[in-house]
Amino acid sequence: MATDTHGGEKHSPLQQFEIKELIPIEVAGNDISFTNSALMMVITIALICLLMLAGTRKRAMIPGRWQVVAEICYEFVAGLIRDTVGNEGRKYFPFIFSLFMFILFGNMLGMVPYSFTFTSHIAVTFAMAMVVFVGVTILGFAKHGLHFFSLFVPPGVPIWMWPLLIPIEIISYLSRPISLAMRLFANMLAGHTLLKVFAGFVPVLGAAGILPLAFVVPLTALELLIAFLQAYVFTILTCLYINDALHLH
Amino acid sequence: MPQLEQIHTFLGQIFWLVITFGFLYLVLWKAALPRVSSILLERQERIDEDIRKAEEFRKEADEAVAAYEKLIADARSDAQDLIRAANEKLAADAAARQDALTDKIKADVADAESRIHKARVEAIENIQSVSVEVAQAATSRLIETEVGAEDAQAAVTAAIQGRS
Repeated sequence: MATDTHGGEKHSPLQQFEIKELIPIEVAGNDISFTNSALMMVITIALICLLMLAGTRKRAMIPGRWQVVAEICYEFVAGLIRDTVGNEGRKYFPFIFSLFMFILFGNMLGMVPYSFTFTSHIAVTFAMAMVVFVGVTILGFAKHGLHFFSLFVPPGVPIWMWPLLIPIEIISYLSRPISLAMRLFANMLAGHTLLKVFAGFVPVLGAAGILPLAFVVPLTALELLIAFLQAYVFTILTCLYINDALHLH
Repeated sequence: MPQLEQIHTFLGQIFWLVITFGFLYLVLWKAALPRVSSILLERQERIDEDIRKAEEFRKEADEAVAAYEKLIADARSDAQDLIRAANEKLAADAAARQDALTDKIKADVADAESRIHKARVEAIENIQSVSVEVAQAATSRLIETEVGAEDAQAAVTAAIQGRS
């Protein structure tokens, strides 16, 4: 990762986030080229489909290794929805499960050297956050109509406080997609940059390079934890937003 | 930072995100998740069924144990009855035999006593007759007088009776 293929150009820890065109595609003047980011997305969904379909192919009463993994993923997300949303959350299970697996596998595959982390791009995380935000808002209005606005009125607050609290609630509601997108994007960006910076010290320091190397190893483990944790956080916040939309308070 | 510099790639990223995520959503929603869900449901049903069966078998086993215990208890009480009857019979037999033996011993003792008595009487009579002869012989030798048989007899009888 430390070697620079672009001769002479100074390599930066941010270079790993660069999007490279693999197959140029242009439709009506719009650039939708197949890039390294798109390639990683395709690999991600291919692996998820492989796990969930090939892993459960035998439909074994006593599951094999892969089937156990598939079942654990299923029950993990199902438990998450049951705990946060309750039984009405079952309808949104396929979407939440897809979201969790997509982010989890995207983050994890990003930890493979020379690969690319598509979740470290604000365009992707913000698009996902907006889908969640818009979806939840539509869901709320479809379920409660204009009564959905009562979400912005905190319960048990005296009326004279409303002019102060309602704008705060509206701002906090509108900032949900931003915080959701930023959290995932910034975590992936910071983690990968940090790893790259310390890894860059290893060849430069020669024999003393053992020190940054000793640091990079536990840091990699931490990054793997964060890769899981951020997928979990994104998913559980989505669940909580859905719960808000369904039950208001 | 490429994330903010390569703005021309935003549309492409979102396009491929929608394509890949949409595809993933469809595959999971239509194929994978129903399959996993049916596997888990089947397993749960199988487990419930097995537990129900196990419950049944346990009930049967409990019944069998109860029947067995009843059988054992019955057998035990029958055995007690038999032992008691046998004991009673043995005791009765023993008592009867004891009585018979006692009677026989008593009869034997009485018989023996009568025989002893007879022997004693005989012995006394023998001694008497020998004594008479001895007395006759002694008198004839000592004082040279013949004592008649009747006198000697009377004297001996008087002597024995006086002694006894």
